[in-house]
Amino acid sequence: MSRPLYDRPILARHQTGLMNKFSRVASMQPQTHIDGVPVQTLTEAYGSPLFVFSEKTMVARYRELRDAFARRFSKVRVTWSYKTNYLDAICKVFHREGAWAEVVSEFEWEKARHNGVPGERIHLNGPLKTEATLRRVLPEGTLIHVDNFDELALLERLADELHLTPKVAVRVNMSVGSLTAWSRFGFNLESGQAMTAANRILAGKRLELVGLHCHLGTFILDPDSYREQAAKLAGLANELRRAHGAILSFIDIGGGFASHSKLKAQYLPGEQATPGFDRYAAACAEGMAALDYPAGQEPTIVLESGRALVDDAGTLISTVIANKRMPDGQRGLVIDAGVNVLFTSFWYDHDVVPAQPFGGISEPTVMYGPLCMNIDVVRDTIQFPPMRTGEQVVFRNVGAYNVTQWMQFITYRPAVVIIGADGRHGIIRKREQLETLLASEEVPSWL
Amino acid sequence: MQRLRDLAISDSGFVFDPFSGATYTVNGTAQVLLDGLKRGLDRDGLVALLRERFECSTEDLPRDIDDLVQSLRMFGLVPGGFEVRG
Amino acid sequence: MNAPLTVAVTGLNATDNPGPGVGVIRSLRHCRDLNVRVVGLAYDALEPGVYADGLVSDVFMIPYPSQGVVPLRDRLAYIRERTGFDVIIPTLDAELPGFVELAPELAAQGVGTLLPTVEQLDLRCKAKLAALGDRGLPVPASRVLTDVAQLYTIHEVIPYPLVVKGPYYGARVVHTLEEAVAAFYKMVAEWGYPVIVQQFVAGQELCVLAVGDGDGGLVGAVQMRKTVITDKGKGWAGVAIRDPGLSQLTATFMKATKWRGPCELEVIRDAAGGYHVLEVNPRFPAWCFLSAGAGMNLPYAVAELAAGRPLTPLHDYRVGTMFVRIALDQISDMDAFSRMSTSGEVVRSQGVSR
Repeated sequence: MSRPLYDRPILARHQTGLMNKFSRVASMQPQTHIDGVPVQTLTEAYGSPLFVFSEKTMVARYRELRDAFARRFSKVRVTWSYKTNYLDAICKVFHREGAWAEVVSEFEWEKARHNGVPGERIHLNGPLKTEATLRRVLPEGTLIHVDNFDELALLERLADELHLTPKVAVRVNMSVGSLTAWSRFGFNLESGQAMTAANRILAGKRLELVGLHCHLGTFILDPDSYREQAAKLAGLANELRRAHGAILSFIDIGGGFASHSKLKAQYLPGEQATPGFDRYAAACAEGMAALDYPAGQEPTIVLESGRALVDDAGTLISTVIANKRMPDGQRGLVIDAGVNVLFTSFWYDHDVVPAQPFGGISEPTVMYGPLCMNIDVVRDTIQFPPMRTGEQVVFRNVGAYNVTQWMQFITYRPAVVIIGADGRHGIIRKREQLETLLASEEVPSWL
Repeated sequence: MQRLRDLAISDSGFVFDPFSGATYTVNGTAQVLLDGLKRGLDRDGLVALLRERFECSTEDLPRDIDDLVQSLRMFGLVPGGFEVRG
Repeated sequence: MNAPLTVAVTGLNATDNPGPGVGVIRSLRHCRDLNVRVVGLAYDALEPGVYADGLVSDVFMIPYPSQGVVPLRDRLAYIRERTGFDVIIPTLDAELPGFVELAPELAAQGVGTLLPTVEQLDLRCKAKLAALGDRGLPVPASRVLTDVAQLYTIHEVIPYPLVVKGPYYGARVVHTLEEAVAAFYKMVAEWGYPVIVQQFVAGQELCVLAVGDGDGGLVGAVQMRKTVITDKGKGWAGVAIRDPGLSQLTATFMKATKWRGPCELEVIRDAAGGYHVLEVNPRFPAWCFLSAGAGMNLPYAVAELAAGRPLTPLHDYRVGTMFVRIALDQISDMDAFSRMSTSGEVVRSQGVSR
């Protein structure tokens, strides 16, 4: 008779009401492959930690979003929100599908131009628009979403100086149902500020008012918020038409659609809590029905999606460095990716599973990153099976923001790879090395 | 070590501590180790017991034994100063 | 007697804040026309219903809703293999989204349910109660909060005292900002965002257990007034009543939502005779055994409809029938608990009994 395989000894105390004593019934499944490619193949080729993006998922999410709105609106434009992930390869996937670019800085604008997006297919957003930036982008026809009255004055002056009529949209903020209003961006709707800004643009005649824009917030789980938002934007557009005969070419409802990640303060997991694109689109269409425009002149509905398109497509592979027994009885798992690369773990309870088959009893486990800082916790208590050093875990739905908000701290940032629709894989950002960092450093002659 | 000796351990890995009323689940490895500890085996003895009962590859068995002992101490099943001999 | 039916029921946590499972199961067993075998589905090894004599034949642990729908699907497939259940009656709010999502798949495998749609669930969710107001139902003023700072100005729209509620469970009447802030954090810690603040309405608290046919019609409804209330606000005793205004309200609710399956309307009748719908629970209430005891067995009706069997017309219920809850201690040896803890199941019947 062959002996059973050794398995690390585990003594798990039953805590009624606190843990799911599912005991030996494994409710967690390992993820051994990403789009058909073994996780091990990827780490052997590119190292660990490693970000992996699925082209297939990105394309599927994009088409699902576009189609959900295209079924309800005659003209729809999806713009790719650069700040979510501006690696060229990622941007190119969305541009190839037809996405325009939505940028919030001159750097992102340069990135978009570098990726072959014509200037007039870029929406420039955000509070950071310097005179130098505007002088550069206006001659290329970039659409400017105006944030404040100072910017409006600057744009009018530049229009005169450059002998141009810049195309602009008024960015609007509003309070919608239960959401905390993002009132710091754009002009407030309820106080009449947005109307004043639009009146001034239309009266000044130095700028061409082509659109309205509102971004409600982030990770909005209630589609109904978009119904209210669309209705309010439609109301403002109606008012502008009545007062000035203005017909806008687009209404931009911003982004904020949720991915399948799970916010820390959320009870149900993403697969249950996150509404499908169809429900967002239906809510928006319901609200937009209030728009009173002549037939055939309906505005294009513009979407500025980032997270909802790319989050589900991104995976982070990380390797177990050590197991520890914490004083409170929990198991501590030290892994080689911390909050330095998985920045979003401050807000999300990321879905993490082992990358190889496992056995044994799950225990309450906390996952620590490699930083020598107490805040470096990538996952609070989670029931997790035993892991050996050198084995991998896989964090799912982490494609948004991490690759732009990560920080270079005490170690190199990891490589990023993409898996193509046909299963090919390749690097899209190299792992940093000493030379990468030294390249931008200088030592003055006196040192 | 009386607490340890008094533990009721079922074949399915269910452990009942009649002193505190607490219950636990153990896996096969821990079950064998608890048995060895009750018999007062030292570290080498426990390692040998594990090697005899399980297919062990390149495991760090003494480290795993210490981890279990730490859990036992935490749950008060062995005295605070308890260490495996050897 | 009908052909045998195996029914899986959740919510065996019959504590002092009881889940409805035990009431549903007792109702099913109360019905002499029903040849029923019951499979309990539990989240915890110590759910009291597991240990009650003659209540459930077999019990299986299922994963918490927060683990998502995939582990639940796998677990149900296993339990179905072991027990061959024909019908599932989920009874807890937080688990409903998962069961509603799985319902079509379950139906394809021959497992019946009688559940509301995602849209109906959404409409009655506490955060959206105001939407019912748009459909002609009287609801108290409420606001949905995602930030504790919103409490500082809440009295401008909803004066104190007011009720602070969690998105799934929990409600607390508060009289001051300090109490409101404390209640806010408690709700968030337990149930996450958002937090709902509702106008406090004084009056008599009435409940309706109603089952909708999914087309706007009413299969049956039993009205109840709580006569003893615990410190957690749960009814510990109650009496079946008939208030025509409440019947009207129930009919309006069914028409407006085309509700499918069981639900509980919690209503306040104020001194002026006005009605206020405080909450709509999308499932059986814990007191549902009263419906069986009073002669209109609604859990039985739901099991039959879910199984796709014709329903013998329900009798009207006897007004004045009372329920009085009793707390009693069951005796158990360590064996059932040990099996629940290690293997997650206790099988008392000899496997599939179909």
